[in-house]
Amino acid sequence: MKKLVLGIISFLCWMVLTWTLYLPSLLVGLVVSMFIALWFGDVFVERARNFFQIKRLAYLLYYIPLFTYYCLLANFDVAYRVLHPALPIEPGIVKVKTTLTNTTAKVALANSITLTPGTLSVEMTDDGYLYVHWIKVRTRDVEEATEMIIRKFEKVLKEIFE
Amino acid sequence: MSEIVAVIGKIFLIVGLAFDLLGCIGLVRLPDVYNRLQASTKCVTLGTCFILFGTFLLSGFLWKSILAIVFIVMSSPTGAHAIAHAAHRSGIKLWEKSVVDKLKEDKK
Repeated sequence: MKKLVLGIISFLCWMVLTWTLYLPSLLVGLVVSMFIALWFGDVFVERARNFFQIKRLAYLLYYIPLFTYYCLLANFDVAYRVLHPALPIEPGIVKVKTTLTNTTAKVALANSITLTPGTLSVEMTDDGYLYVHWIKVRTRDVEEATEMIIRKFEKVLKEIFE
Repeated sequence: MSEIVAVIGKIFLIVGLAFDLLGCIGLVRLPDVYNRLQASTKCVTLGTCFILFGTFLLSGFLWKSILAIVFIVMSSPTGAHAIAHAAHRSGIKLWEKSVVDKLKEDKK
């Protein structure tokens, strides 16, 4: 199942990249994506059947604009801090706790943290703690930092991946 | 119609270049490796995505560039995480005016 899904995804990527319906090209793509699926199928996501659930895809469609909004906000935040003559930063590494358990969900959360305002994920432990570099530390408490940094993404990511 | 699309594409190119420039200014101005990673990752990722989206509009809907955006959004924060993790592990200190370092406290 995992291998089939990975094969389909890599074949779709091939089709988009070449953007042709010329038959030999499609055959080469089919062979290559089949090999990729056989080699890397085992290290792909944990539960491949999740790709076909409409509810998860709908939450993913909701997540994309949410994420884009925070990403834009992050860029204006960086622009403000960088162009301000006094350099208004107060950096530090804080600790947050996530309740996500799935590996894919954790990876998505860490990547989202890195691209959203003022935060960069530095370290992740197995028991669900994330160490986050914060450019303007507003709280040192684990609970409050969790509330401020990851709560808004965690709820949606839980629906998508778990 | 195609003129409007071309103008929007050029606007996207200019905004993307502006964000890339801001990321580079941040790379020069900010004090330590973690702050620099913050500025460069965020601005350069979004700037490059904007440039690719401008390319998508200008080139008459070349879907490759959308695929490139997806891969950049997935891989760029992962790379930044790897660099930050490696920097902290090899003992690079935070800026001297940093207020807290929970990771160092917990490692002792």
